[in-house]
Amino acid sequence: MLQQEKSKKGSFIALICIAALLALVVLVENLGALVPNLPSVLRPTSQLFIVLKKGAVYSLVAVSMNLLNGFTGLFSLGQAGFMLLGAYTYAILTVPMANKDQVYYLFGGSAVKFSLQELFGGLFGNTGVGGAVSLVLGVLVALILAGLVAAFFAWLIGLPVLRLKSDYLAIATLGFAEILRAIFQWQKLGPVTNGANMIKSFPTFSSFNVQNADGEVVLRLSTFVPFLVAVVCIAVIVLLITSSYGRAFKAIREDEIAAEAMGINLAKHKSLSFCISSFFAGVGGALFAMYATNAQAKAFTSTMTYEILLIVVIGGIGSISGSCIATFLYVACSEWWLRFLDTPVILDSGFQIPLLRDGFRMVVFSIIIMIVVLFFRKGIMGEKELPDLFRKRKKKAAPAAAAGEEGSSNG
Amino acid sequence: MLKITDLKVNYGGIEAVKGISLEVPEGEVVTLIGANGAGKSTTLRTIAGLVKPAGGRVEFMGEDITGKDPTSIVKKGITLVPEGRKIFPDLTVLENLKIGAYMRKDDLTDDLNWVYDLFPRLKERHWQAGGTLSGGEQQMLAVGRALMSRPKLIMMDEPSLGLAPLIVRGIFDIIREIHKQGVTILLIEQNANMALQAADMGYVMETGRITLSGPGQELLTNEAVKAAYLGA
Ligand SMILES: Nc1ncnc2c1ncn2[C@@H]1O[C@H](COP(=O)(O)OP(=O)(O)O)[C@@H](O)[C@H]1O
Ligand SMILES: [Mg+2]
Repeated sequence: MLQQEKSKKGSFIALICIAALLALVVLVENLGALVPNLPSVLRPTSQLFIVLKKGAVYSLVAVSMNLLNGFTGLFSLGQAGFMLLGAYTYAILTVPMANKDQVYYLFGGSAVKFSLQELFGGLFGNTGVGGAVSLVLGVLVALILAGLVAAFFAWLIGLPVLRLKSDYLAIATLGFAEILRAIFQWQKLGPVTNGANMIKSFPTFSSFNVQNADGEVVLRLSTFVPFLVAVVCIAVIVLLITSSYGRAFKAIREDEIAAEAMGINLAKHKSLSFCISSFFAGVGGALFAMYATNAQAKAFTSTMTYEILLIVVIGGIGSISGSCIATFLYVACSEWWLRFLDTPVILDSGFQIPLLRDGFRMVVFSIIIMIVVLFFRKGIMGEKELPDLFRKRKKKAAPAAAAGEEGSSNG
Repeated sequence: MLKITDLKVNYGGIEAVKGISLEVPEGEVVTLIGANGAGKSTTLRTIAGLVKPAGGRVEFMGEDITGKDPTSIVKKGITLVPEGRKIFPDLTVLENLKIGAYMRKDDLTDDLNWVYDLFPRLKERHWQAGGTLSGGEQQMLAVGRALMSRPKLIMMDEPSLGLAPLIVRGIFDIIREIHKQGVTILLIEQNANMALQAADMGYVMETGRITLSGPGQELLTNEAVKAAYLGA
């Protein structure tokens, strides 16, 4: 009884924090319209919003990778491949009819003779509120299909591949992603995938900015939308991890034989974890296409997978909040805070500051990462989550009480 | 309750178990003793479904369960406490126990209390990571975890392995206690003396075959057993 009440209280606090975060995003995004003479950091053109958008997208992908690598102990490197599937599924299904000929001009138009939001437009209308509803529904369905396509492929290759152990699984999934990248650039598939060209002109994050009749933006939602999707998806993953399925995943990670002896069906649970992880990687890929305003196979290289793996490792393998924190730090460093290192600076005296030139940013960035990895062997968060940190504080004050509380959080 | 007939198990050509038959009657403690490599663990793993037999038959409560997968065997009420404990080191004691009950979807409160009553130590340390427990506590956790599936038959693979004599005595007290509460036990031991004292029935296994069997007390006084396993 008491345990249930406590965990209810915990989820309630978590819900409030999430709602507050989302509200804050909307507020910050629209400050420009409310406050005149805003510092440039907070203006809509600021790098801040690029970091926030990309951070939201990458958080989801990092958490999905952590579910598989951190919680289930399956070392897969196929993340970019599943993102690619999601990105293309989303893009192919949402390019508006009017733009198809222009996007697919090399192939005389697209083989897909519809777009999801226009299908909904047939029901709700294509302008005004009806248009907004159609857009939201179309994008929502496209995102879900993006995830499902990725999950389906995960199920398919999981059948043979998940029998492999550690390194072999990594190599097989990496190979799978590379093959996908080649297939999606194949000219023969052009009418669907646009061959080696990118697909563009589909709804992106800025399509969600609300405009008035004159075409002026009255309410910005372009940062809120990726946050909302990422938050909902991550919340689902957290619920999964704290469920008995999540415990089974962790048991498999810790000791396969013991897990099997407890009656856990290894093949079934590994496949489940792989499919769910890939589903969210697919959704993440679709979000990435929205962020980049285009979908192209070239973008989903193994480098992207390594980037995400790095984020997961820095954040702490097995920590969801660690992955999220690490994502934003990583994206902010690579896209924003360290940018100045790439610009040569020549002082008034004509003296050029040494080292500052294109590419130096990556050198500094790599050094920072090495230092972080050296000093935080288990990542920033280890296996802990944000709420654990607060709980630890209390524990020092009242050991017995905190011990009970921690137990109940598992209940 | 459990009846094994002419069970054969191979590991890629090596015959580990060469046709053994044994029986575990309901409510009894049966022990299987024998030297290292005799095939004891293999026998248990085969009953648990972790290894597929090459021949023979395993029957549980009148039902043929030969070669069934571990999931359905746990569901039928047989649980294995694996050799070397194999607890989940990074999970808390409580999580370890909950995984033991993974195949059950009903309320666990009563069973948790039952296990905590048997092992008050586990209750004290329910928030601690399994890997940070001492050897004896880890063995308690392994047994507790198995009990969480509410088994009719619990199979223990050398629970005294690597534990100090005092702790071993504690483990055997627990085995007797579990038995008293109505759980049937199939126990593997190298510590033949204690195992035979606790057992209603004993089987001696040598290189894949059962060479001797009889009531525990009888085997304790058997000259051959004394010479080979009791160090007398
Ligand atoms: N996984 C395995 N692969 C191959 N051979 C094994 C395996 N496990 C056990 N064996 C062999 O099977 C025989 C019986 O082993 P085991 O059942 O572990 O004996 P015990 O538990 O009585 O010490 C030994 O010869 C051992 O080397
Ligand atoms: Mg053994």
